[in-house]
Amino acid sequence: MDARTQEFVEEVQGGGHVETSDWMPEEYRAKLIKFIEMHGNSELMGVLPEREWILRAPTLQRKLALTAKVQDEVGHAQLIYRVVEDLGKPRAQSLQDLVDGKAKFHNVFHYPTKTWGDVGVIAWLVDAAAIISQKALLKCSYAPYARIMKKICWEESFHILHGRDVILTMMNGTDEQRELVQEALTRWWGPLMTFHGTAIPADEDPMVFWRIKSQGNEEARQQFLDGYVPQIWELGLTVPDPKLRKRDDGVWEYSEPDWDELKRVVTGNGPKTAERLDLRRRFLEQEAWVRDVVLADAA
Amino acid sequence: MVFEVFRQERKGQPFQHAGALAAPNAEFAEAWAREQYGRRQESEALWVVPRDEIRAVHDFPDELHKTYHRVDGYSLKAKLKEARQRAESAGALSARADLP
Ligand SMILES: [Fe+2]
Ligand SMILES: [Fe+2]
Repeated sequence: MDARTQEFVEEVQGGGHVETSDWMPEEYRAKLIKFIEMHGNSELMGVLPEREWILRAPTLQRKLALTAKVQDEVGHAQLIYRVVEDLGKPRAQSLQDLVDGKAKFHNVFHYPTKTWGDVGVIAWLVDAAAIISQKALLKCSYAPYARIMKKICWEESFHILHGRDVILTMMNGTDEQRELVQEALTRWWGPLMTFHGTAIPADEDPMVFWRIKSQGNEEARQQFLDGYVPQIWELGLTVPDPKLRKRDDGVWEYSEPDWDELKRVVTGNGPKTAERLDLRRRFLEQEAWVRDVVLADAA
Repeated sequence: MVFEVFRQERKGQPFQHAGALAAPNAEFAEAWAREQYGRRQESEALWVVPRDEIRAVHDFPDELHKTYHRVDGYSLKAKLKEARQRAESAGALSARADLP
């Protein structure tokens, strides 16, 4: 590592902030692009499982709330791709790589949404898991990314409220509705447990090295369990893991999640990966004429 | 084109940088900015500015060490100590002079 890079590493590890116009090592730039782009892809792909339920929402109010959530998430994707663009990768290229299957997005967005119960569990628990990671990104060494996270986290908190409200309404409803919530929780527990990634120690994580991330994966998962398992249990729901318990020292024990499944899913082999990428690709092509007209007009 | 958006949260408060957006022209930029930063009534006002119109300044050289512009340019402590001591001993002298 040359002296300039060394100095840069010390600066970011000491809590320093990097701006777009600052010099940065190529490795740092590449890691940032990859990490932030995946975040953008996840926001954009994450709306597809929910989009499927806009037409089937049980009330007008829920339909509007779900539409608003979808708009929020697409807005997050826009903000995030903008940051990637300033780092040197154009948005059009990010979108192309996504539909070509060359880029990743979060594991939870590769699964089907079977019932309205899934919609509640996603907005409540998937967004909860996501906000834990995103809150930690408020301390990211790359300041333009950290800055947009403030707005994103603020909007995510609405999603959790919306999700919790959906779940509580169903839990206070009929046996059939409670059943739907329990089934959805059982379906989503596996993906939720792998959401934050393997328990790689923070000092071996290259993202932590550059202080792109400041939180270890296991730390995030523990925070999720600690915050949400009691909320799940108090509703009379069962978490499908007989080993799950909080030890006297405050650490949560759980059965080893299925890491092979995580790997399979994020490399493009999830149950809904191909179908959702097809849909993205179709819309990207179908709406090319809008971009052409608008950009020709602007030129 | 890239536009920078500044947002005022409440009347009387300073405008703060909110983020950037890409748009083909100012009209689109305004529409995007309204969606991103105003749809929850979270802003009092927005400034939408083409990035190219912003003159960014990063370096502030100070070859002449003009410390008189800065708080750390004034080291009053040592001088004050000396002045106090002087006043004290002068006071003691004049006190003695009052003696009959
Ligand atoms: Fe989001
Ligand atoms: Fe969200």
